[in-house]
Amino acid sequence: MDDSGHSPAPPARRNFLIKTAALLVGGVITVVAPVAGLITFLDPLRRKAGARGLVRVATIGSLPSNGEPKKLPVLDTLVDAWNRTENVPVGSVYIQKTGKATVRVLNAVCPHLGCSVGINAAKNGFACPCHKSSFALDGKIADPKSPSPRGMDELEAEVKANGEIWVKFQNFRKGTANKIPV
Amino acid sequence: MKQESTNWLDQRTGYKALVHEALFENVPGGARWRYVWGSTLVFFFSVQVITGLFLWMAYSPSSQTAWESVYFIQNQMWGGWFLRGLHHFVAQAMTILLVFHLMQVIIDGAYRAPREVNFWSGVILLLLTLALSLTGYLLPWDQEGFWATAVSTNIIALSPGVGQAAQAVVIGGTDYGHHTLTRFFALHAGVIPGAIMLFIVVHIYFFRRHGVKPAEPKKGADVGFWPDQVLRDAVACLAVLLVVIFFIFRYHGAPLGAPADPAEQYSAARPEWYFLFLFQFLKYFPGSAEIVGAIIVPMLLMAVLVAMPYFGRWKLGHRFNLGFMATMIAGATLLTYLAMRADRNDPDYIASAKAADQDAERAVELANGGIPIAGAVSLMRADAYTQGPRIFSRNCSACHRYDGHDGLGGELPKDSISASDLKGFGSREWITRFLNPDSLVSPKHWGGTALKDGDMVSWLTEHVPDYTPEQKQVLQYAAWALSAESGLKSQREADGRDSAKIAIGLAFIRDTTKGCTSCHTFHERKKDGPDLTGYGSRAWMMDFISDPAHERFFGDNNDRMPSFGKEKTLTLQELGMVADWLRGDWYVAPKK
Repeated sequence: MDDSGHSPAPPARRNFLIKTAALLVGGVITVVAPVAGLITFLDPLRRKAGARGLVRVATIGSLPSNGEPKKLPVLDTLVDAWNRTENVPVGSVYIQKTGKATVRVLNAVCPHLGCSVGINAAKNGFACPCHKSSFALDGKIADPKSPSPRGMDELEAEVKANGEIWVKFQNFRKGTANKIPV
Repeated sequence: MKQESTNWLDQRTGYKALVHEALFENVPGGARWRYVWGSTLVFFFSVQVITGLFLWMAYSPSSQTAWESVYFIQNQMWGGWFLRGLHHFVAQAMTILLVFHLMQVIIDGAYRAPREVNFWSGVILLLLTLALSLTGYLLPWDQEGFWATAVSTNIIALSPGVGQAAQAVVIGGTDYGHHTLTRFFALHAGVIPGAIMLFIVVHIYFFRRHGVKPAEPKKGADVGFWPDQVLRDAVACLAVLLVVIFFIFRYHGAPLGAPADPAEQYSAARPEWYFLFLFQFLKYFPGSAEIVGAIIVPMLLMAVLVAMPYFGRWKLGHRFNLGFMATMIAGATLLTYLAMRADRNDPDYIASAKAADQDAERAVELANGGIPIAGAVSLMRADAYTQGPRIFSRNCSACHRYDGHDGLGGELPKDSISASDLKGFGSREWITRFLNPDSLVSPKHWGGTALKDGDMVSWLTEHVPDYTPEQKQVLQYAAWALSAESGLKSQREADGRDSAKIAIGLAFIRDTTKGCTSCHTFHERKKDGPDLTGYGSRAWMMDFISDPAHERFFGDNNDRMPSFGKEKTLTLQELGMVADWLRGDWYVAPKK
């Protein structure tokens, strides 16, 4: 590159103070905007999923008596950033009748990587269409070759005296052997 | 080893020459403070790009989410208020820095040959930056930005021929909505910054091609850009940044008005302060002359600015340019001052601005409880605290008062009151005043109505003056008992505490010979006089306002009060909001 018209390279004895000051002030003014932006950008780190209480999902009378699982949406308050919406689907569950007044409730999402699990064709268990994990009716891993590290996530549920089924809906971290709530 | 690897990189990229080129640009006559403006503009433009990108990650451009997402940034996200404030106040600072930069260029004659093209690229950058301000002002979709943008885009429509079409294209239709936001956002965050970057490259390329135009006389020997000028530039940036940070803390970020509502009158709309001079200027061009002030004159002035390099060839021309610049700046300053002074002395503007602040605060209070999908404006439209006074002012204040004013705090002619002042309606104080024959016929109650010659007034005048002190006490308790029917929030505690006294008062109300029910209906007792069951309660008030001429209330004795519900002047929701507001019953945010 042609240097004509430019002053010669600075002399060997440099004004150390001016350079330090220029770097210092320059550094200070440069970090303000990126730091301000990053702090707001990292806001999601402090937001935890709000713990849900028990919500009514179905009545025990509406379930097949042979224990076949039934997929049902869970309706609850959905908080999405600034929006708060009452009584909308926040997820879905499989409910099976396991006794006269007992049920098993499974989160319908695969614990592997979060795909939506379906009932397998033979109806004797569940299958995830994404990575072919298969689960037994009780949610345990059916095929040892399944990529899922754990069985389907069972949820706390309560059958009231009037037959209403109330479920504590929760999501868990995906891809881990243990159930860790998110 | 280090030497080797830097050489390796340099052979492949040529970065050393580039760094040298960047840092050792010759500054003829040595570093000067007056050369800092260009660098500060580049620096603050980068700040805007960075803060803008981070804001982008949380912003959602649509009619139901723009205000909401900005509210969320400002009030809920970590340091969001600071980030917004930085973006907002740096934008304002840049406008001032642009003027300084332009002044320095003109004063130093740096627009003269061979730097004309560079000057023009600078004028384009100036216009692009103003376009950024204009588009950015709308994005929060608050009342202020919405109405100010409505004005500025209507100015576009004034242009002959293509005006209407241009406006429709800019706002994405005939009305302001989703596509106004998506378009403004794309312009603000994509098109205009892209164009600015391009022109900055062009501008700096020309600048480097011709070098710094030294301010004469030179103060010393030529030096390189680094480090002397860099230090000056950095210190100037720091100084501006400190001022900006002062304003961010002073205003806790950037202002955010109430959510935009095309149906809600907003009389406090003003452009950003640096456009106030244009706003004031337009006042001198009424009616069809508006196009002269809004479009023709500004374009002529721009033409003079663009032609400056030609004039500058002659000594006299340069002086003209200096004079023109000084006149423009003095004129804009004067107009800005006039605009501000006019607003300061305008009670209507002051009241509107105050109401706007209240609405903004209320919107945040409501939004903190969670916003429905329909957006924050739906919260404001259904809020008794916000709508009650407006409904009252529009429909009731022709006859009634609220604490002497029209509900919104507006003054009304003193002699225009012709029905009761409704502040505290249903409260103990209000009913006590009502049951006193003297104050009942005062202008605060029935003084201006035909009812002042009616049965209620004559009954009170006949009986009350002869009451013994004990009877007067019982009447007082009757007022409390009637007030308890209203279930007012503010009296809940007192009603519980005074239940024994209220029972005495209730006995008087129920006394069918000497008490209220000698004329009035009360629960199971039916008479011709107005129904006192649940007097002042929400349901009673809604029924009453809906149809005061109903036989349950005034019947044929109703004096001029319209049947707001029966005639469908007010909806059921509006009846409820005005009743709630008069009863002092509205959403209050739970204390944290």
